[in-house]
Amino acid sequence: MNGAITVPAVDRTPKAKWALPSALWPWLLLLPAFLSLGSVSFYPIVNGVYLSFTNRSLITQDNDFVGLANYAQLLADPPFWNAWWHTIWFTAVSTVLETLIGLAMALILCETFAGRGIVRAAMLVPWAMPTVVTSKMFGWLFDGQHGIINFILLHLGLIDQNVNWYGSPDTALTTIILADVWKTTPFMALLLLTGLQTVPKSLIEAARMDGAKAWIIFWNIRLPLLLPTLLIAGLFRALDAFRVFDLVYVLTGGGPADSTETLSTLSYKVLFSTLQFGYGSAVSTAMFITEGLIAVVFCLFLIRQIRKTT
Amino acid sequence: MNESRSVFQSVMIYAGALLILVWSAGPFLWQFSTSFQLDKALTEGTPSLIPHPFTLEHYYNAFVEKGLHHYVLNSLVVSLATTALCLIVGSLAAFALSRLDVKGRYGILMVILSVSMFPQIALVGPLYLLASDFGLLDTYTALIITYLALGLPLVTWVLFGYFETLPREIDEAARMDGMRVIGLLWHIILPMSLPSLVTTGLLAFITAWNEFLFALAFTSDSDSQTIPVGIANFTNQYYVPWGDIAAASAVVTVPLIILVLFFQRHIIEGLTQGGIKE
Repeated sequence: MNGAITVPAVDRTPKAKWALPSALWPWLLLLPAFLSLGSVSFYPIVNGVYLSFTNRSLITQDNDFVGLANYAQLLADPPFWNAWWHTIWFTAVSTVLETLIGLAMALILCETFAGRGIVRAAMLVPWAMPTVVTSKMFGWLFDGQHGIINFILLHLGLIDQNVNWYGSPDTALTTIILADVWKTTPFMALLLLTGLQTVPKSLIEAARMDGAKAWIIFWNIRLPLLLPTLLIAGLFRALDAFRVFDLVYVLTGGGPADSTETLSTLSYKVLFSTLQFGYGSAVSTAMFITEGLIAVVFCLFLIRQIRKTT
Repeated sequence: MNESRSVFQSVMIYAGALLILVWSAGPFLWQFSTSFQLDKALTEGTPSLIPHPFTLEHYYNAFVEKGLHHYVLNSLVVSLATTALCLIVGSLAAFALSRLDVKGRYGILMVILSVSMFPQIALVGPLYLLASDFGLLDTYTALIITYLALGLPLVTWVLFGYFETLPREIDEAARMDGMRVIGLLWHIILPMSLPSLVTTGLLAFITAWNEFLFALAFTSDSDSQTIPVGIANFTNQYYVPWGDIAAASAVVTVPLIILVLFFQRHIIEGLTQGGIKE
């Protein structure tokens, strides 16, 4: 990229070619992307909303317009509310934990110390791993009989008998949240680290000269400047956590006793086990709407914060 | 900054760093070690991180009994095709948005990005019906078309960000030389963007390699299922073969980790440049 830019010698035909269909060129180049996103994202979303107003079923072959019947059924459906609460709980707890722990990690990583590169590289391991593998790995770590976690906790004297972590309704959701925290926190830390590095060093140095303590520097300088990054990262995390599927589906399949059922796994089951595409689409459309609401709330909050600081 | 640090602070920082290292790499190392241990050793009272005795039995089981190579092949074909398509379609779009006169380019970029926020479970039902209508269930094609759209937002964003950093004077120079629009992209912009293409290609590859939901819904046999679905189905009804699962996991994850570590600097840059997306 440095130095003079050389243009390869290609056929030196008159200039007019560049200008000729210039109005059409960009759309021609954008067309494949539009086609792809249109057919695989926008069409299915619209189609899904339409399906949610039908009683489409692959078993009975029904395909009639039923208006809001699916939504009425949804609102009166205990499994839906059960999954809804789990999803909200999962999203809230994992987002908060990942943001806080990620921030702590980022604060450590923005210091200079020997071996920082290794730590930063190791942090990408959980991120690069397929979620299915993460789920299986946690299944093994938290195995009720031979899991290493039980072994360690027993030997530390923190528990007095093996705990059936994801086989028991009391602990299953917590185990899944932990798996999500493991997988995503390091990535959160990287994002926040990038944000921290944009805080001017001179500002921090000056404060240190004045004898300010580390936590005062953090509270008064770093945190306010980091807030927009923190909020955006939190938003994306929340949206992502809200649609959690792989972890739950592979680790517990929604059980035991529906204690880990989330909207995605419920929706998947209605779609592909009972083949009720109409009702299943209502569940996923409800999710889509909630996700949109989360995004709007976050954005409003973000705009307010940015206005306040500027 | 170092000189203003007390001993206490230094100790805290190193302790924290060690904690991060163990936390991030520990579970994977344990899983990796599991893949070389005999079932007997795994169910013994005292677990050990060093495999003793060392065995390749689980790798044998994974490939010979469970046919892991079928899944690996399927995943490779699907992921490589997805990567190539993502780079082609994404670079055309990013180039148009960065270099040509497009009205409302930022609006278009926002729309493209917003796609990545759709809950995928909302897409899978209608897409299943569509794939079924076109006879595409149990084919690579259905997965590749879907993964292209999943990878495209990030690829387009990162490439757009990179193209924007290339000086505009080269456009002028190319035009003087009578180069066509595509010539500018092909002969100049793309060669200059090689590092960014490698990063985005890797991101698209990882997305496709790791994807589970659509592969689960669209495929039903080992001729078309990808590795994540294969591994998810390893468990049989009566017992969980943790050693075999660990071996398969290592096969899927180790090459990826090596790639990621090799390109880590580029990846971190790429990811943070392209907004915040897993």
